[in-house]
Amino acid sequence: MSVEAHQVIPMPEPEQGEGRPTVPQAVKRSLSSPWATGFVILLTVLWTIPTFGLLATSLRPSEEANNSGWWTIFTNPSFTGNNYAEVLTGGDTIPGGILPYFFNSFAIAVPAALFPLALATMAAYAIAWIPFKGATTVFFLVFALQVVPIQMALLPLLQMFNLGWSIGPIPIVPDLDLSGTYIPLWVAHTMFALPLAVFLIHNFIAQLPRDLMEAARVDGAGHFTIFWRIVLPLSVPAIASFAIFQFLWVWNDLLVALTFAGGTPDVAPITAYLANIKGTYGAQLDLITAGAFIAIIVPLIVFFALQRFFVRGLLAGSVKG
Amino acid sequence: MGAEILEGLPKLGTAAAGIAVFFAILLLVFFVLGKVRGRFSGPVAGIAFLGPAVLLLIGGLVVPAIQTIGKSMQNAAGTKFIGIDNYAWIFGTDTNREILLNTFMWLIIAPLFSTAFGLTLALLLDRMRRESIPKSLIFMPMAISFVGASIIWDLVYAYRDPAKPQVGLLSQVAIWLGFDNPPNWILLQPWNNFLLMVIMIWIQTGFAMVVLSAAIKAIPGDVVEAATLDGATGWRLFSRVTIPMIRATLIVVGTTIMIATLKIFDIVRVMTNGNFGTQIVANEMYAQSFVQFDYGRGSALAVVLFVAVIPLVMYNVRQLRKERAIR
Repeated sequence: MSVEAHQVIPMPEPEQGEGRPTVPQAVKRSLSSPWATGFVILLTVLWTIPTFGLLATSLRPSEEANNSGWWTIFTNPSFTGNNYAEVLTGGDTIPGGILPYFFNSFAIAVPAALFPLALATMAAYAIAWIPFKGATTVFFLVFALQVVPIQMALLPLLQMFNLGWSIGPIPIVPDLDLSGTYIPLWVAHTMFALPLAVFLIHNFIAQLPRDLMEAARVDGAGHFTIFWRIVLPLSVPAIASFAIFQFLWVWNDLLVALTFAGGTPDVAPITAYLANIKGTYGAQLDLITAGAFIAIIVPLIVFFALQRFFVRGLLAGSVKG
Repeated sequence: MGAEILEGLPKLGTAAAGIAVFFAILLLVFFVLGKVRGRFSGPVAGIAFLGPAVLLLIGGLVVPAIQTIGKSMQNAAGTKFIGIDNYAWIFGTDTNREILLNTFMWLIIAPLFSTAFGLTLALLLDRMRRESIPKSLIFMPMAISFVGASIIWDLVYAYRDPAKPQVGLLSQVAIWLGFDNPPNWILLQPWNNFLLMVIMIWIQTGFAMVVLSAAIKAIPGDVVEAATLDGATGWRLFSRVTIPMIRATLIVVGTTIMIATLKIFDIVRVMTNGNFGTQIVANEMYAQSFVQFDYGRGSALAVVLFVAVIPLVMYNVRQLRKERAIR
C-alpha cells in the first residue's frame, strides 16, 4: 500500500504553554471565506465519489451493474446482496470464491505485523539504552537501509527460500522447502519492515526518562527486566501505531505476495486474488466490485476505528514528546 | 457459507501457532540470558536484543542487494558474466527509453500534485470549523490497497460504446458536458499515463494533507503575531511566514511521496499491465524477472530503482542528522 516510506518529518518547533494566536487563528481572521469552505467540500466530494461508486456497483444486480452507470441508482434504485454471496464462496461465474484468500490475508498480516514489532522494539531498546560503541552509527545504518527497494531483495530472497543459501560449500540457510507455506511471507515482510520499525520505535523509546532506567538499575534490574517491566508497558502507544501501520501495509501488499505466495488458495492473500480475477473477470463489474469491497473493508474499519493511532504513527519522529 | 468459514479456521490456527512459537522462543532466550550476571551481562543483552534484527537486515536486505548487483551483470539464467550489457539494454532500446521517461514523469507529477493538493487542503481546513469529516474522507484512500484503488478507478475510466448507456463516470461526465464521443481513456496514449497517476495522487494527497496540517498547527504563535503586527495578512502571511516555516516538512513530504512513487508497481500492473505505453521501471522489473524469467535484466532494473532512490533517502538522512543536532 501507499503508507510505506515514512521518513523523519521535520516540524516547526512548537512553544509550550502560551495562549497566543496560532497561524490557523490568525489566518482564519484574515482569509476566512465561503470560497475556501466550498473548495474543500468540492474536493472532499471528488475524493469520495470513486469509492462510493465501487460500493454502489457492488450492490447492484448483475444485469444493471454491467449495463448502466452506478449513478442511475438515484433514478432507478435496485439492490442485491447476491454479488457478495457469489464472490465470497464461489458460484457459476467465479469458482472457489474469495473467502480462502480472505483468511490467508489475516494469517499473513497478523504475524507479519507482530514479528517485526517485537524484533524492532528489542533492537530499538538496545540502540537507545544498552551502551555500546557505535550505537549511533548502527541507528543511522538501519535507517539508511530504507534505501534498498524491496525489488532489490526479491530475487535472492526467493531463491534462498526455495533452495537454501550457502557460501561456497558451507550451507548458511538450509533448503527447507518453504514454498507453499506462510513462512516466506512472514519472514520477508519482517525483514522489509525492520528499518522503518526500528527507526520509529527508537524515536519513542529513546525519549523515556533516563532517571527511570537508572533507578531500576540501582535496584538491581538487568536489561531483560527493565525491557520487560518498564520499557514495554511505556511504549504501548508507539508500538500500537506501528502495528496498525504494518498490518495495513501487509494486508494491502501485492508485490511481496505475488513473489512469495503465487496465486494458490493455500497461501495467497486477497490482493493477489483480486489482481488475478481482475484479469479474468474484469468485465464482470458486479462481481469484481464486490470482491474489491471485501478486500478494502478490513483496512477501512481499522483505519476509521484507529485513525488517531494511525495519524500518530505517521507523524512519529516529527512532533516531539 | 458456514462450511467455508470452518475451512478457513485452520489457517488462522497456523498463524496463531506461528505467533506462539515465535514468542515462545523469544521468551526462552530472554529467560536464559536474563540469568547471566556480572561482567558479561551487558554484552549478552546487547547481542540478544540487537542480534535478531541485525541478522535479518543483513540476510534480508544487505546480502540480497549485493547479490542483485551481481546478477544484474549476468545473463538471463545467471550463468555467464556479461558486464554492462543489461544496462546497455535498459538505456539503449526505444521501448525502455519510453519506460524510463514514463517513470520520470510519475516521479515528478505524482509528488508535485499530491503535495500541492495536500498543502492547499491543509491551509483551507485550518480555516474551517468542522475539519475532521473532510479530513477523514480525503485521508481514507491511504488505507486502500493499490489493487483496490485500481478497481475503484477502473470504474471511473470504464469504456462503453457511446451509443449505449455508460458505466464509466468519466465518459458519462464527458457526455453530459456535450462531448458525444468519449474515447477509451485507458488506451489514449500518452494521456493514459496521467490517468494512472491520478490514482496515486488520489491516495497520497491525504498523506500530504495530514502531515502538512500538523506542521502548520505547530508554527509558533509568536511568529504569526509579529508578522500580523507588521501588517502581514492573507497571501503575504502565507508566502512569507507559513511556507518558510514549514519548508523542511514540505520537502520531506515531497521526497517521501517520490520514494513511494518510484517503487510503485501495483497500479500499473492491475490497470494496464504496462501495455498501451504505460510501462514503468518497477513493473518492467517484475515482468522481466517473473514473466520472462530474465533475472539479469530484472536485477539491472532493480538496481536502477536503487540508484534513483539513493539521493532521496540520503536527503532524508541528512535532514534527520540536522534534527538530531538541534536537539
